[in-house]
Amino acid sequence: MSGPSKYQPTTALGKWFHERLPIVAFAKDHAMDFPTPKNLNYWWTFGGILAVMLVVQIITGIVLVMHYTPEATLAFSSVEHIMRDVNYGWMIRYMHFNGASFFFIAVYIHMFRGMYYGSYKAPREVLWMIGVIIYLIMMATAFMGYVLPWGNMSFWGAKVITNLFSAIPFVGTEITTWLWGGYAVDNPTLNRFFSLHYLLPFVLAGVVILHIWALHVPGNNNPTGIEVKSEKDTVPFHPYYTMKDGFAIVVFLIVYALFVFYGPNYMGEPVNYTPANPLSTPAHIKPEWYYLPFYAILRSIPNKLFGVLAMFSSILILLFLPWLDTSRVRSGKYRPVFKLEFWVFAAVCVALGYIGSKPPDGAYVLWGQVLTVYYFAHFIIILPLIGLLEQPKVLPNSISDDVLAHSTASK
Amino acid sequence: MSKRPDLGPKRGPIVMRVRDVADAAHDTVNRRDFLMIATGAVAGVGAVMTAWPFIHQMNPDAAVLALASMEVDLSSIAEGQEVILKWRGNPVFVRHRTKAEIDAAKAVKMEDLKDPSARNLNGKDSDAATDENRVVGGKEQFLVMMAVCTHLGCVPIGNSGEFAVVQGNTKSGGWFCPCHGSQYDTAGRIRKGPAPENLPVPPYKYLSDTKIQIG
Repeated sequence: MSGPSKYQPTTALGKWFHERLPIVAFAKDHAMDFPTPKNLNYWWTFGGILAVMLVVQIITGIVLVMHYTPEATLAFSSVEHIMRDVNYGWMIRYMHFNGASFFFIAVYIHMFRGMYYGSYKAPREVLWMIGVIIYLIMMATAFMGYVLPWGNMSFWGAKVITNLFSAIPFVGTEITTWLWGGYAVDNPTLNRFFSLHYLLPFVLAGVVILHIWALHVPGNNNPTGIEVKSEKDTVPFHPYYTMKDGFAIVVFLIVYALFVFYGPNYMGEPVNYTPANPLSTPAHIKPEWYYLPFYAILRSIPNKLFGVLAMFSSILILLFLPWLDTSRVRSGKYRPVFKLEFWVFAAVCVALGYIGSKPPDGAYVLWGQVLTVYYFAHFIIILPLIGLLEQPKVLPNSISDDVLAHSTASK
Repeated sequence: MSKRPDLGPKRGPIVMRVRDVADAAHDTVNRRDFLMIATGAVAGVGAVMTAWPFIHQMNPDAAVLALASMEVDLSSIAEGQEVILKWRGNPVFVRHRTKAEIDAAKAVKMEDLKDPSARNLNGKDSDAATDENRVVGGKEQFLVMMAVCTHLGCVPIGNSGEFAVVQGNTKSGGWFCPCHGSQYDTAGRIRKGPAPENLPVPPYKYLSDTKIQIG
């Protein structure tokens, strides 16, 4: 935020309050007057969409807890009770269930937008790293939430994911026993997952505030990737981006509603509508779609410890992205080689997701291994090399120049 | 001992007073350092001691630890049949192996095994993973082991995988884990895939000729 606050209390009460707690000025500076690059495209609306989805998940979640029973013999039937008996229970549960998927759809678009436009580069490294932490908390929250209905995929998902920690040398078994509260996933596990699933979204909300704070120090990146040079390059957040974000949020919610009402189980797993059975693993066990690429990486490595390490590294490597990309040009728009490679990388991520959804045999294993190698090579070899070897295009002088150049070109 | 700051030469009564106060303050800083460290240490130990119950509460409680044992009647399990039982929350395989399965397990060379240890809680840690060391002598047709894949804990599927005995169109013995593709042979030893260890044999003993107690 540059310059002094534009907020002037107009009433005596407003002035009295402002001198004691300047929260109205703070809100006006950050949610209304905040100078925002005037060329942001619709890929920039997913931050706002994500904030809305977090609120949707918290509200529907609090309501579901009013009817849910976190006990191993009752959990499954209490979810069915929500679906059949509770007034609008089916709708609220489907909103929560599909809300998780749409939360991840939005976060993946948000992350790939950041990668394409180089939003992680100086001075926004901390902003990016807080984003990766948000993503990790989201994954943990969604995983524990998926366990709560205590269906058979819930149970085996919980068992497989907690067993990842058994790969830790020497203390692995002690750690899994500690996580489970027993010698297998059982009622104590369900109870603690429920407790944490309720807690983590509020932790998430706190970290989101840090994320916005870290955003409001340097201000937004933008499609040109060049910094704001004068006030001419910006518009106030309200009404320009409240309207643009608002429109995008409505469109996003329409698509979300289509799934909630017309395809509520499209992204679900039918096996999870059978109660948990500790004696029978589902024939094709697989996690929710948003974990599939990482699951494919885990399965590609024929060694337990290294498979687990590769899976965690594939996420944690994102923390180092600001330093792995050696290019000084931020936006992919002006980086011809990177631009091409970005889409190859995106396709590799989608292909890994596809492999993760398939059984672990035959050609799927080999393809999984090839794609895993590419995934890591992208970060460790390709990205640093492109930055050093590529000849970027000429950058515009300012955001305003770029906007004007395009408006005259279209005449 | 920290160095005293140079406050310049003594020049008059007022300056002297300032210096004396500064000296006095510096002497107490050393006491203050001690107090800070002592307080910090007590607080740190206290924090760790308080944290422990909050960590340990997640470990198995007394009800879970009350170790249940289970009796299994083997006479009802036909040759070539396998039953899955639940013991301490985990599934256990009890398989009545065929002669072909036992022969196949015995024919395996030790150097072909990924995990050379017998993983039999009734034997010694140093036992080699021979077929004999995974069963009870004279009762080698009954293979009792945890039905928990040593990779990530799924229940492997019996009569399947590359290490089963193939007779015509049917497979017998051998296990395949559907989660991540680990394959076990007719003695439950890991042969292929990401799992690191043989399926462990739980503690059990024969109560009579046809009855065992697990646990």
